[in-house]
Amino acid sequence: MDALDRVVKPKTKRAKRFLEKREPKLNENTKNAMLIKGGNANLTVTEVLKDIYAVKKPFAVLYKRKNITRPFEDQTTLEFFSKKSDCSLFLFGSHNKKRPNNLIIGRMFDYHVLDMIELGVEKFVSLKDIKNSKCPEGTKPMLIFAGDVFDVNEEYRRLKSLLIDFFRGPTVPSIRLAGLEYVLHFTAVDGKIYMRSYKVLLKKSGCKIPRIELEEMGPSLDLVMRRTHLASDDLYKLSLKQPKGLKPKKKKNISHDVLGTTYGRIHMQKQDLSKLQTRKMKGLKKRPAEKSAEDGVATPKKSKSAR
Amino acid sequence: MAAVRVEAVLAAAEEQEAEKRRSITVEKELELEYDLGNLLAVDRNPPPAAALRGAGPRREALLQALARDNTQLLVSRLWELPAERAGGAGGPLVAQLPEPTFRLPREKPPPKPRPPTRWEQFARLKGIRRKKKTSLVWDEQAKEWRRRWGYRRAGGDPSRAWLAEVPAGADPEEDQFARLRREKRERVARNELNRLRNLARAHRAGSAVPAAPLHPTGHQDRDELRRVARVARVSTASLGRFQPRLPKESAEPPSRNSGKKRRFEPLLGNLAAERSRQLELLRDMGSKKPVLDITRAVNKQLRQEEAEAAAANKGKKQSKRGKRGRRQQRPGRSGKKSGARRQPQQKKAAGGGTGAGRRKKA
Repeated sequence: MDALDRVVKPKTKRAKRFLEKREPKLNENTKNAMLIKGGNANLTVTEVLKDIYAVKKPFAVLYKRKNITRPFEDQTTLEFFSKKSDCSLFLFGSHNKKRPNNLIIGRMFDYHVLDMIELGVEKFVSLKDIKNSKCPEGTKPMLIFAGDVFDVNEEYRRLKSLLIDFFRGPTVPSIRLAGLEYVLHFTAVDGKIYMRSYKVLLKKSGCKIPRIELEEMGPSLDLVMRRTHLASDDLYKLSLKQPKGLKPKKKKNISHDVLGTTYGRIHMQKQDLSKLQTRKMKGLKKRPAEKSAEDGVATPKKSKSAR
Repeated sequence: MAAVRVEAVLAAAEEQEAEKRRSITVEKELELEYDLGNLLAVDRNPPPAAALRGAGPRREALLQALARDNTQLLVSRLWELPAERAGGAGGPLVAQLPEPTFRLPREKPPPKPRPPTRWEQFARLKGIRRKKKTSLVWDEQAKEWRRRWGYRRAGGDPSRAWLAEVPAGADPEEDQFARLRREKRERVARNELNRLRNLARAHRAGSAVPAAPLHPTGHQDRDELRRVARVARVSTASLGRFQPRLPKESAEPPSRNSGKKRRFEPLLGNLAAERSRQLELLRDMGSKKPVLDITRAVNKQLRQEEAEAAAANKGKKQSKRGKRGRRQQRPGRSGKKSGARRQPQQKKAAGGGTGAGRRKKA
């Protein structure tokens, strides 16, 4: 249902643009994240949310007030916020004795909760604590995941997908090579996930490709996985489904060889081979006497039979 | 000797290259997996768990070294992409990123195309296409190009129209301005009603809501209400047999199969009706005039053919000529005579068949 198909049609162009931005599309917008504080969020968790907001600006919304909800029990508040602010990613921070320094990271599909994973923050070093130069806001980060457990364990696999979705940023067709400044590195070891952010310095090496030196910047978190609320397989598959319009169109009559040769096929109309233009060889040229003789060949036959 | 020198030179050159590349080569057991569209690299090598379990600063140093190696590999891949200088010779070096390959779930489900409205269905059937209209129209009175509708439209401001002619057959006492205003209000209301009806139809078609909710909503039309009233009447313990009728409802008892099954009349029911039916049949068979209205039959046939053709050409470009052109295009089939010839044959055959059947039964 697009903007013009609603029961109450938008009366201004601005309202229409607002609705068109939020409706489902073939190529979707960059996902926005909402950062929410729970009823009893402490200083650590608040700092974490502020730092993540700084990393994800401008595709994030930081809510100032505390919201007394429990995402794992009741998801309606989160869904309401998601619908109001058109955000499909969320990060909810809370703190209590049983689950200290708790972060719930999750995503939505069609304004309903798809996946939610609860992580505990064991150690946190904020942006302010590391006195280094930072990279500009809105830089697309490079993401690196180390550890075989990210592929083996199903929950870790979903966590990896969630983290990529969260920190990915806008999808761009091209990127300035000198601007690859920010890298987020996730290591999964011993049941813990170490998230580190580094600023990338490109140094001269002998050849074209520069040598990389890293400088610790940005927030660094030691996380441990607690509860999870993952979507069922069929809902997840439904959310992964891409519409047909996005598939690249195949060019017909072009085929590729194993060796890399490209073959094309051209369809021609029927050719009159007698009128084909071949190389002119002067010796084979028809002399006028021969031409008339050829025409006369047909008739003498008839006259012969008549005799 | 020359060969030896050449080989030595080549070896020295290779060593120099290797020396240069040593600063950027990284040794890994398993190759990383790259998704350059997302600037993503996944390292499957198990990290040194024992070393990382240790104390703080050493762990940080190890993590940083691991990160440096992985980042070096990712950046090497990125710098190998086809790059060009954006904005002329002095501009920054920009690489073309491929499409992201890592599948991530969508934010919202993909959009569904909405079903066509009543007008769109009719237009598709008749072959009517949208005429492209110019955005500006020449206003003769103001002698300039004005927009077709809206602020400062071409026909002048309708609220400041000072003359409203009394049409030929109208009442001379009637207020023409009031009439125009009333008609405009009615037109707007009718448009809005049709739009909402189209919306409701589309919504119903999409979500397969049961056709008639059995409680009054205030927005039901006549057929729905009739259906609902029938269901309500039959929902008593005696299946509606002793239910009083509503004031304007028709007085016939509800037939037992008002559904889709075929109904047959009882064998020895109404003798008079049967006699009259048979006599009428004989009369129609014996008369010289055709029973059939040829024009109606031909129109029906043409409409059916158009519907079929429209359904077949659904995806393709619709013919420019429209109904008239298509009629002229097919000489054999579209003449009145041929159309009419087919119908009476069918009808007569049907009439003869059932007539014979009925006679046998009797």
